[in-house]
Amino acid sequence: MRDEQRRTRSEAVGDSPRQPRSALGQFAERHGRWLIILPPLVFLLVFFLIPFAFALKISFAEAALSIPPFTDIWHVGADHRVHLSPSLSNYKYLLTDEVYVVSYLYSLKTAFFSTLLCLLIGYPMAYAMARASKATQGILMLIIILPFWTSFLLRVYALEGIIRDNGLLNAVLLWLGVIDHPLKLMRTTAAVYLGIVYSYLPFMVLPLYATLEKLDITLLEAASDLGSRPWRAFVDVTLPLSMPGVIAGSMLVFIPAIGEYVIPALLGGPDNLMIGRVLWDEFFSNHDWPVAAAVSIAFLVVLAGPLALHQYYRVRQLEQ
Amino acid sequence: MEGRSSPLLISVLCLGIAFLYLPMLVLIGYSFNASALASVWGGFSTAWYAELLHNAQILKAAALSLEVATLASTGALALGTLAAIALVRFRRFRGRLLLTGMVNAPLVMPEIITGITQLLLFVSMLQLVGWPNRGMTTIILSHVAFCTAYVTITVQSRLQTADRSLEEAAMDLGASPLQAFVDITLPIIAPALISSWLLSFTLSLDDLVISSFVSGPRSSTLPMVIYSKVKLGVSPDINALASLIICAVGVCVLVAGYLVRRAERERLRDAQLAGR
Repeated sequence: MRDEQRRTRSEAVGDSPRQPRSALGQFAERHGRWLIILPPLVFLLVFFLIPFAFALKISFAEAALSIPPFTDIWHVGADHRVHLSPSLSNYKYLLTDEVYVVSYLYSLKTAFFSTLLCLLIGYPMAYAMARASKATQGILMLIIILPFWTSFLLRVYALEGIIRDNGLLNAVLLWLGVIDHPLKLMRTTAAVYLGIVYSYLPFMVLPLYATLEKLDITLLEAASDLGSRPWRAFVDVTLPLSMPGVIAGSMLVFIPAIGEYVIPALLGGPDNLMIGRVLWDEFFSNHDWPVAAAVSIAFLVVLAGPLALHQYYRVRQLEQ
Repeated sequence: MEGRSSPLLISVLCLGIAFLYLPMLVLIGYSFNASALASVWGGFSTAWYAELLHNAQILKAAALSLEVATLASTGALALGTLAAIALVRFRRFRGRLLLTGMVNAPLVMPEIITGITQLLLFVSMLQLVGWPNRGMTTIILSHVAFCTAYVTITVQSRLQTADRSLEEAAMDLGASPLQAFVDITLPIIAPALISSWLLSFTLSLDDLVISSFVSGPRSSTLPMVIYSKVKLGVSPDINALASLIICAVGVCVLVAGYLVRRAERERLRDAQLAGR
């Protein structure tokens, strides 16, 4: 298509045909596309997608005291045939041992409410950003992006400095006389929510800002010219038009938050049993790799819906 | 959608920004606290920074992390740029949907899942083909995988806005496709390349979860060392280290932001001069 265009254009200006190419040039011309497509495709296939196949395979194996610490699900018998011996015991275990189902549900709940909190705080922030002058917008953008680039671990650690029993928050509240005992925030559910909102807020604000900034102000003016109150204009015009940003931001917070490990491990207490933590312990403390593999596969099944939604909006956004 | 905002909106924005920055500023403040007790201000001191220079464990981990981040972000830049070119320039090819999926999924995939599945891959590969041993190699490979996604997204959006006709004009004048790309398009997407390399570098530098899974027994990256110390409570030398890292990242972001902005301005000026 592109070549055709170029050819017709060259003909139109009476250009001479391109000079003959070397053998290497001809090879590159014919297969050039694949020289570009294949390296990233193969790399991501091997190091991102195929690992899931191995996890699936190992989730049907059984734990063993060997290196690696699990059994093979097939072996070649004396009759030179391959014998498959998949075991469903890991999946049965997931369903019978309460801790997995409970922690899945707890993670979903925590991620849902943190996403809602991020949306409630992030939407007005993004809206105010989008209404600022162009020069201010650039500066605000940089201010929001900076924490997004800063280490997650260090930011969670920094938050600990504020909310621990002898931290800044308690010091200020005691000094103001609002409270007379230090608030116990560390190792509570509130700390986990605070941690997730603190860490993921930029992920919500940035996509929201990107959609709101492109919004056509004349539509709002039209709505108010037609007698719409500001609040109604927002609900009827702005909010529906900013839905792609709402969904993109929510998925960027919701999906990673379900699997969050660092925040519940550092800020949460023993009750904040999120699936990421269970998975981590299964792996590093219990050394049960097949169960950990089964937990990941079950996790991926839970995530399939949100992942597909994220993918759909990303692709649609790029096509526009 | 510029316009006036209500005071309420502006105060939410300011409070939100304060919420994002206050903990980091307080941390930097604490790093200059002479007292090892977090609750007591013992006067201004840079002793904890000096102590870092004598901590062999931290220095070794920092060296490993910097090496991993440099190699991983360079690898990701190459692969991610190729993927972005493929997705923007070739509208239809076999595997396009697969590639789109594989560059978007890592952005949201919980790290813990990526970490476990990649470890299972490396262990199985070692059994089947005798490579790779768990250590720096496996950390780099898994970092390249998730950084590639970020590079592709950044470069892809830049490449989409690049004017295709300039390149075609160059080819009409006899340039080969490669030459036209290198001379015309590469300078246009250069800011995106620089900022995505820097982004990959910082992402790799602070990855804890994936590295913990795929690393070997003797290769602890900086975040792994920090995490093992932080789990035991607040420690003053980590305050100093964290402040250094936060400031370094801040400078990187400002430089990247400045470069992108300057390139954008120059491009707009050139476009105006060209009367378009």
